[in-house]
Amino acid sequence: MSAAVDAAAFDVGTLAQTRARGRVRRLSVAGGLGVGVLAVFALSLMVGAAVISLPDVLSTLAGQGSRNTNYVVLELRLPRALAATLVGLAFGLSGAVFQNLLRNPLASPDVIGISTGASAAAVLGIVGLGLTGLAISGFALAGALGTAALMYAIAWRNGVSGYRLILVGIGLSALLLSVVSYFMTSAQVTNAQDALLWISGSLSGRNWNQVVPLLLSLVVLVPVTMVLGRVLGVLGLGDDTARGLGVPVDGVRLGLIVAAVALAGVATAATGPIAFVALLAGPIGRGLARDGGPALLPSALVGALIVLVADFLAQHTPFLPNLPVGVLTGAVGAPYLLWQLARTNSGGQGG
Amino acid sequence: MTSSRAQETMTDAVEATDAVEALAALESSDGHTPTRHTLAAEGLRLSYDKQEIVHGIDLELPPGKVTMIIGPNGCGKSTTLRGLARLLDPSGGRVLLDGEDISTIPNREVATILGILPQHPVAPDGITVTDLVGRGRYPHQGWFRKWNAEDDEAVAQALAVTHTAELATRAVGSLSGGQRQRVWIAMVLAQRTDLLLLDEPTTFLDLANQVELLDLLTDLNRRSGTTIAIVLHDLNLACRYADHLVCMKAGDIVAEGSPKEILTAEVVSSVFGMRCDVLIDPVSDTPLIVPIGRHHTTKPE
Repeated sequence: MSAAVDAAAFDVGTLAQTRARGRVRRLSVAGGLGVGVLAVFALSLMVGAAVISLPDVLSTLAGQGSRNTNYVVLELRLPRALAATLVGLAFGLSGAVFQNLLRNPLASPDVIGISTGASAAAVLGIVGLGLTGLAISGFALAGALGTAALMYAIAWRNGVSGYRLILVGIGLSALLLSVVSYFMTSAQVTNAQDALLWISGSLSGRNWNQVVPLLLSLVVLVPVTMVLGRVLGVLGLGDDTARGLGVPVDGVRLGLIVAAVALAGVATAATGPIAFVALLAGPIGRGLARDGGPALLPSALVGALIVLVADFLAQHTPFLPNLPVGVLTGAVGAPYLLWQLARTNSGGQGG
Repeated sequence: MTSSRAQETMTDAVEATDAVEALAALESSDGHTPTRHTLAAEGLRLSYDKQEIVHGIDLELPPGKVTMIIGPNGCGKSTTLRGLARLLDPSGGRVLLDGEDISTIPNREVATILGILPQHPVAPDGITVTDLVGRGRYPHQGWFRKWNAEDDEAVAQALAVTHTAELATRAVGSLSGGQRQRVWIAMVLAQRTDLLLLDEPTTFLDLANQVELLDLLTDLNRRSGTTIAIVLHDLNLACRYADHLVCMKAGDIVAEGSPKEILTAEVVSSVFGMRCDVLIDPVSDTPLIVPIGRHHTTKPE
């Protein structure tokens, strides 16, 4: 038997082994992140003005709580923690889809103007029309979708190139920011305060009115995105290669963009644009998965973890005022964005 | 695939004494002798941004042969290949796969018959050789089907055939140009198609790697009967490795046939606008083009 024989036989076996290792790795990354999310979730149900023990939290969730714990856990803390988790999942998934699709780590809904579009519409609603509650959410969602459609139309030139879409998005984002500023400066003080809280991204006072629509939207959007997202691995090889492998590239890309915009839109509608979560989650998720794939699940879980942790810190860090969660994520995300931009320049290209 | 079948192909792999025999295994384990799919263009017109690049060509790839498409920069040879591979919709005429208009056949079905390696494929950051080659299995998988033993086997054989098995766990980004090109070829081989189109696969490779790559494709053609079409810049290598040569100029086919028959000094100078001598390649007995420029020549104008 020659060495080449061993190499050939070795190969089918090693391939199976390599893939098994990959599967174990994927499972443990997802499992680890899932445990992390659960832990912080549980913590945020326990900690607050009054600390409730884990057994008490669990029995309250099971429907055997006292009147006191029922109110604190089920009406105050649970919707807030759920909102944080779901919004984080949605932003993380949306960012990961955009970044994979446009092959650029800068491509996330908060950088390319989707979130700004939602903000502009929401501020118009709050300040201009005096809307409250769910109506604001509806406005924000429409703003996100409208911005994306406009962006797509402007960037379209016999197909959409990722780079042009990002640049158009940044331009639109600047335009929409000036719209936000205009409404803010022309607003009544109380309205402006509401609007300001909303555009900095806040989880305070989230109740079932925001959580239920969000949950229902995600029940549809997340599976659709995950299934469409299976194509991202092949799309990542370039449009021609993907077409050659039988992917209907334009249709799938449009579907993924719509799904990702809707994810960012419903999340923004629920809590306002929580800064940079979508931008940060993808690279961290891919870094953990390290398989050259789109890493959608890890990115979504990282998103949830970021928002949960940030909101926990925003509420419970001693000597800090009770901050909107978006301020905290912004403080982490902005330096990352700067670093990414600097790296992009030195490399001479996006990516 | 049943486990006994998987066992059988495992044994095949063990018995293979080198990569060439892995090729033979690739043929037999396909479960069928190549059915000789055909690919042809009929009055094919191709345009970018309403500017017509290819002006209504008729072309038939001879089944089971290696076809090379040559021509000067901008003559539409890559465009023609993209058109043939349905990467670009025709502005007129049709592409026929097995006599049927290719645009009426589902994309994924086409991808199980026809493989294309485009000019600039992108390797995602951090992807390993095995993962990249594995993506060639996409057309066989569908939205929900899981990876199976046949996929493993196809990837293993593609790696063996292209001599990239020892690179299997490396990141594609860390490979040399020649290695990377072989990995991309492995990706399209894992697709297991009877028709294979390659757009300038030897660009950026040194001479030894160019020859090695063309040898590999010839192996594949001879062992598995794969019909291959290649857009190539190097005239002499094209003449040596082509069974069938297609010569394009300004969006039209100006000459077509075996290299020995068609590639005369007149054809080369009219197509490339360059004087030349055509000798006989002492190694392969095929035409050898020696260009004549304005300098360093002993010939009179």
